[in-house]
Amino acid sequence: MKFKLLTICLIALNLSFYSCGEKEAKKIAETKPSGSENTSATKLLEVEKPQLTFGFIKLTDMAPLAIAKEKGFFEDEGLFVSVEAQSNWKNILDRVIDGQLDGSHMLAGQPIAAGAGFGRQAELVTPFSMDLNGNGITVSNDVWAKMKPHIPSDTDGKPIHPIKAESLKPVIDSYKSSGKAFKMGMVFPVSTHNYEIRYWLASAGIHPGMYTRDNIQGQINAEVLLSVTPPPQMPATLEAGTIYGYCVGEPWNQQAVFKGIGVPITTNYDIWKNNPEKVFVMTKKFVEENPNTAIAVTKALIRAGKWLDTPGNREEAVKILSMPQYVGADEVVLANSMTGTFEFEKGDKRSMPDFNVFYRYNATYPFYSDGVWFLTQMRRWGQIPESKPTDWYDSKIKEIYRPDIWKKAASILVEEGHIPMTDIPETDGYKPETTDFIDGKNFDGKKPIAYINSFKIGNKD
Amino acid sequence: MNNSLSQKTTGMFRFIGLGFLEAPINLIQGKETKKNLSLILKKIVAPLVSFIFFIGVWQTGSQYLYNKEADYRIEKARQEQGDEAALLMKNCIQSGDVSCQPNTLPSPAQVKVSFFKLLEDHRLISQDKKAFKEKTAALNAQRKSEGKSIITYTGRPSFVDQIITSIKTVFAGFLLAIFIAVPIGIIIGLSETLRDSFNWLIQIFKPVSPVVWLLLVFMIVKTLTKDSDSDSSFIISFISVGLCSMWATLVNTTMGVSTVDQDFINVAKVLRLGSFQKIFKVILPSSLPLIFTGLRITLSVAWMVLIAIELLAQSPGLGSFVWEEFQNGANDSNSKIIVAMFIIGIIGFLLDRIMLAVQNVVSFNKNAGN
Repeated sequence: MKFKLLTICLIALNLSFYSCGEKEAKKIAETKPSGSENTSATKLLEVEKPQLTFGFIKLTDMAPLAIAKEKGFFEDEGLFVSVEAQSNWKNILDRVIDGQLDGSHMLAGQPIAAGAGFGRQAELVTPFSMDLNGNGITVSNDVWAKMKPHIPSDTDGKPIHPIKAESLKPVIDSYKSSGKAFKMGMVFPVSTHNYEIRYWLASAGIHPGMYTRDNIQGQINAEVLLSVTPPPQMPATLEAGTIYGYCVGEPWNQQAVFKGIGVPITTNYDIWKNNPEKVFVMTKKFVEENPNTAIAVTKALIRAGKWLDTPGNREEAVKILSMPQYVGADEVVLANSMTGTFEFEKGDKRSMPDFNVFYRYNATYPFYSDGVWFLTQMRRWGQIPESKPTDWYDSKIKEIYRPDIWKKAASILVEEGHIPMTDIPETDGYKPETTDFIDGKNFDGKKPIAYINSFKIGNKD
Repeated sequence: MNNSLSQKTTGMFRFIGLGFLEAPINLIQGKETKKNLSLILKKIVAPLVSFIFFIGVWQTGSQYLYNKEADYRIEKARQEQGDEAALLMKNCIQSGDVSCQPNTLPSPAQVKVSFFKLLEDHRLISQDKKAFKEKTAALNAQRKSEGKSIITYTGRPSFVDQIITSIKTVFAGFLLAIFIAVPIGIIIGLSETLRDSFNWLIQIFKPVSPVVWLLLVFMIVKTLTKDSDSDSSFIISFISVGLCSMWATLVNTTMGVSTVDQDFINVAKVLRLGSFQKIFKVILPSSLPLIFTGLRITLSVAWMVLIAIELLAQSPGLGSFVWEEFQNGANDSNSKIIVAMFIIGIIGFLLDRIMLAVQNVVSFNKNAGN
């Protein structure tokens, strides 16, 4: 007991010294220009905290972090960054909030939920959107065999995409009649995957279950029981028969095809064309205390996104991602989705040039409208239990999404000649209204209530 | 003189638990040929045979599993896409192409390859570390003069680094266990009333799973280290390891202290020893064998729970290595996991031998606990 106390005391003592030193250092940094030499064309910002640790989950969409590190974009900004794999999304959120991680690869819904009242509350900000698309829905071989007769096929006998959830309905009914609940996995209650698989199921009239204030399992009235499994464990959980299908990011859909344990049936590109997927998140406190560091990090990440979408770089990106400290899966598996193709059934490889978008279509810009979409889905499924006025959506998302940081970073990059002026979008932060959804519904980020009310299944305001 | 020296060396070998080397040493020196030959047969050849047998079983087992999975894949391709696809699959598997390799228990040869790959990896990372140090030397010197913290290596730890971290964690946890369990054990052991009153606590906490201890420690440490940038994962994992593993020592110390021979206590009484003297001169020495048996169990439990704890606490080490490789699911991930398994086993074995040696040094009864 004594020893424990002693350790704690020692730690506390160390910390107080440390933090004093830090403040002192900051003052010096403000007065003195940094003298470190810089060979590249980048304009070195006065970085407050050069040594940073970022977290990620083993998914291909963490690529901007790996690329910014391996290609030296972080070091060009005078940043020394370690990137560490984390075990699950909950863990990432906790470690960012508690300050063990300075920033992290996160689900777009996580900073929004943390600000909007679902799950652990904290002030998080998103200055950079990491990618568009990149998820898929996979079902087990058994479910696929039962689904296949209900899927319309083209003249070659190949199933016509996008595959809608209507063809899954008979399978769910047959499971139900034999007394078995139909279970599927998604990666986190506020993940894009949860909203996507719900959207996909609900668009075919299958009820994915509701959340309430007291019941946060999200399985009320559910015809399909959705539960949380960390992404890298999805294939193993499917193989073990605990779930019959899942919605997850890459490479875990392709892994299922390779290992012969499941068949990816649709991608989120088909559910919502060019939907935002992962974001880069820091705490509001960190961004306020280290404004230049936040801009420098965003600069490096924008460059990494551009590098990833420059034709011919994806092969090298796959090599980098297959290193064990990043995603670590085999190159062939990663290459499948990263190089513009996606393999559905074994042998049914289709071209999907926009499956992973890191830079094109202004992918790195944190659009308010994308954030509002997540808020509408949180309201639709009851994660936000009470009705909110339209301006709440606007003011809430402006606390979390920070295009101002992005714009500062991007305009410095334009000055340096790393990106053209045209890559900075002229926008008020809201994308024009769109009907690029699997059910063709019209989404306008400025009219969230109308969008919520347009759905047959889900809460209405 | 030569004789006494050899006796010393064999004694030492026996002491550190390498007694099986005694026979060949004696044989080389030409002593008692017949007896030593049979000893060699028993102590060296028999284990070797069992080792070869083990490798053989492993090899055939992995071969069987490989074939089973390969057949299943070919059969599945035939059922779903026809004979042509089956043939294609068969060729693909035979060609060793990564994209269609059965993913199952790796063979001994694959594990060996992975082992050397990990060593090579360590060499590369060490080089990278050195390069990083040189690169940041000027900047660090400047930062130091400005009173800022220096920039540390940002790359990933190698397999060897992770082994070292794990050993550090176990050692810190083990020390914590000693500092908590031995004093408490002695105090409780001395008084029957205390023993009775704390027994329920020990009995309830003893079987609690490492995961729960980790969460408990997590709750406490998280609050205590609030508002700090320090990485608390090491603190959390070593405290959890300590708390999980201390029970064996606590129980054994209590038992050792409470069962000290009444004659010794009487002698202490006759000599009118003070209570401190009584504890240090009589009770502790005579309960040492039991305490050390407890410590040996503690150390092996510490090493066992470490993997689970590191995995959950995200503390770098063998546990997170195993978990990451499992998550990677690459073609060579399984064999890397097996490498880690052997390393964990061998280190656990060595730690136990070290404890045995220490126990032999400090206890009166040289035959105890073996």
